[in-house]
Amino acid sequence: MGSGEGGYEKDLNLEATELRLGLPGTTSSAAAPDQEPEARQARNNKRSLVDRCEEEASKDASRALQKDHDSAPSSKAQIVGWPPIRSYRKNNLQTKKTEAETSSSGIYVKVSMDGAPYLRKIDLNVYKGYSDLLKALENMFKFTIGEYSEREGYKGSEFAPTYEDKDGDWMLVGDVPWEMFMTSCKRLRIMRGSEARGLGCAV
Amino acid sequence: MDPKKPRDSAAESARAAQFPDEVLERVLSLLDSHKDRSAASLVSKAWYNAERWSRTRVFIGNCYSVTPEIVAGRFPNIRSVTLKGKPRFSDFNLVPQNWGADIRSWLTVFADRYPLLEELRLKRMTVTDESLKFLALKFQNFRALSLLSCDGFSTNGLAVIAARCRNLTELDIQENGIDDIIVLLNFASLSSDIDFDALERLVSRCNSLKVLKVNRTITLDQLQRLLVRAPRLTELGTGSFLQELNAYQCPDLERAFGGCKNLHTLSGLYEATALYLPVLYPACANLTFLNLNDAALQNEELAKLVVHCPCLRRLWVLDTVGDEGLEAVAMSCQFLEELRVFPANPFDEEENHGVSESGFLAVSYGCRRLHYVLYFCRQMTNAAVATIVQNCPDFTHFRLCIMNPGQPDYVTNEPMDEAFGAVVKTCTKLQRLAVSGLLTDLTFEYIGRYAKNLETLSVAFAGSSDLGMQCVLRGCPKLRKLEIRDCPFGNAALLSGLEKYESMRSLWMSACKVTMNGCEVLARERPRLNVEVMKDEESSDGQAYKVYVYRTVAGPRRDAPPFVLTL
Repeated sequence: MGSGEGGYEKDLNLEATELRLGLPGTTSSAAAPDQEPEARQARNNKRSLVDRCEEEASKDASRALQKDHDSAPSSKAQIVGWPPIRSYRKNNLQTKKTEAETSSSGIYVKVSMDGAPYLRKIDLNVYKGYSDLLKALENMFKFTIGEYSEREGYKGSEFAPTYEDKDGDWMLVGDVPWEMFMTSCKRLRIMRGSEARGLGCAV
Repeated sequence: MDPKKPRDSAAESARAAQFPDEVLERVLSLLDSHKDRSAASLVSKAWYNAERWSRTRVFIGNCYSVTPEIVAGRFPNIRSVTLKGKPRFSDFNLVPQNWGADIRSWLTVFADRYPLLEELRLKRMTVTDESLKFLALKFQNFRALSLLSCDGFSTNGLAVIAARCRNLTELDIQENGIDDIIVLLNFASLSSDIDFDALERLVSRCNSLKVLKVNRTITLDQLQRLLVRAPRLTELGTGSFLQELNAYQCPDLERAFGGCKNLHTLSGLYEATALYLPVLYPACANLTFLNLNDAALQNEELAKLVVHCPCLRRLWVLDTVGDEGLEAVAMSCQFLEELRVFPANPFDEEENHGVSESGFLAVSYGCRRLHYVLYFCRQMTNAAVATIVQNCPDFTHFRLCIMNPGQPDYVTNEPMDEAFGAVVKTCTKLQRLAVSGLLTDLTFEYIGRYAKNLETLSVAFAGSSDLGMQCVLRGCPKLRKLEIRDCPFGNAALLSGLEKYESMRSLWMSACKVTMNGCEVLARERPRLNVEVMKDEESSDGQAYKVYVYRTVAGPRRDAPPFVLTL
């Protein structure tokens, strides 16, 4: 594990595996100057860490990242157990952050869509319910969401709206009551393709 | 003692008769420290026996190093047991569920051999509700239960303890992350609503309540009602500190805190803001421990608070206070001995906040008695660390976590070897060290050469070759716990510790270059060690992905789950 100082930093190049939909070439960190913009873009479209990490040089980093059951398609490729903070404390802090972001003036969450070059931000308070929200998303990103059913998720389109909740899990939009969704949603992601279908059928 | 006299058993028992067992036991019963008792037990058979009969407290650092039968066989009169279970890296999700360390088998033996057991203190063990029920039913004298980082139980189990244990004076449940309701003395880590009326009644009944720690569902006005009923409080964990108080409630709260003259420990303060922190000021005059882990304070808020805490010895904060907050601490708390700075957003690399080397430096200039630090930061320099340990050479615990793995000195771009070299050269009393940043084998050469009192070492993403680990194993005579992850240490390094591991409590190595062959050799050469390998779906054939080695007189585990292989 860890190939010494040589390719070592590159192996654990968190920057490269970050699922952040920035425009190609616009990264604040200098850590990944050798990455192809297209490769980074393509990487961002993949949901599973396994896929993303197969492109990485280090097999060991990929193992560590695969094992992070906490993060699923998160915006950060986390190494399991690093930094060494107890998960009890981690949960507390995540909750706090969500609460800090919500105020009576608006519940702002970021929305990303697979394939789109940049994110949007919306205020959940503005919408009366799921149908309102989904219509707004369809307009914003110019796509169609399928029919929602409890059993099969979103059918009839290659897109599925998902969100990350307070515990860091990725959920299908629509499963929980609207109020619960508003308080537990941290960010939204519109998934596309086979991953989207996978998420729907997993219920 | 005349050396010419033959040392036969008659002479020995004659000498022993001069010093009857009861007297010896009485004398030895005054010994508190485990180390002293161990030493006493080695003097002679008589002393060994006197020690074992007079001992009432036992500490077992690794629950698998010995069996409960062996413990009960040697120490017949135990009233207090402290047990530690899982390896520390289980805190960071590196150990799968159902690994073991279940208290139940111990309780079964204790019910038979120690029916008068009074205290049980557990760390990183699995405790089911059934075990808690068993505990409540079988031990009539039970007084104190402490569960730190344990799992497997819910408040149902705790409720049984609370209901059945009539002599309960201490119930301490920390950092277990369970999500349910209950009423008692320390529930800071529970996340649901507490039955407040029941809590209030309970507090009223305990006139001399010393310790009260509630969870974040308790509001400020509820806290006020509890505080007025507990004037003797020495330790307080508040609930939520975010609430709109009306014109009456605020002064009431101030008065309530003003009444807490004996407070030496304060924690909780969830969501505390500048608005209500001032109510605390009158309670801070004698404060020695302030735990602000759950309150994301900014620098000015902290500065204003610590001005009122001149006696502070221990401070835990989030890095939201920034370097400026730490500068304020340096100015106000000259008696500070321990500082822990935790990251508010550890997984968010976009954060430009947090603390840097300058906050740590400032504290080292202002707080010369500092000897314990845990510091999470995103940048550090060799020069800063060298200055810090020059200012504070008495460090016993130095745990520095530069959060980006393998990050060099951000000014010189060099490895952080010289930083830790300075630490081990200057801090001769160092017992515990955690290293981070870009490190070559040189760091470990320094550690092996200078860290003569080191007992615990934590290493991650560091080192260049086997030599690093070899230096540590050959050099640190007092090493007890070594935990390593993601380092390029292989079989040669592992096996260089053959002579060493039996004098240590345990070794953890994960994501290193050790193979099954290496582990098998170790197991074969040292039958008194348990060499356990945790199997992993992703580990390739022959690789030993997670290795846990520890000394034991209990033999291989009989309760090992299928993913734990004992070689």
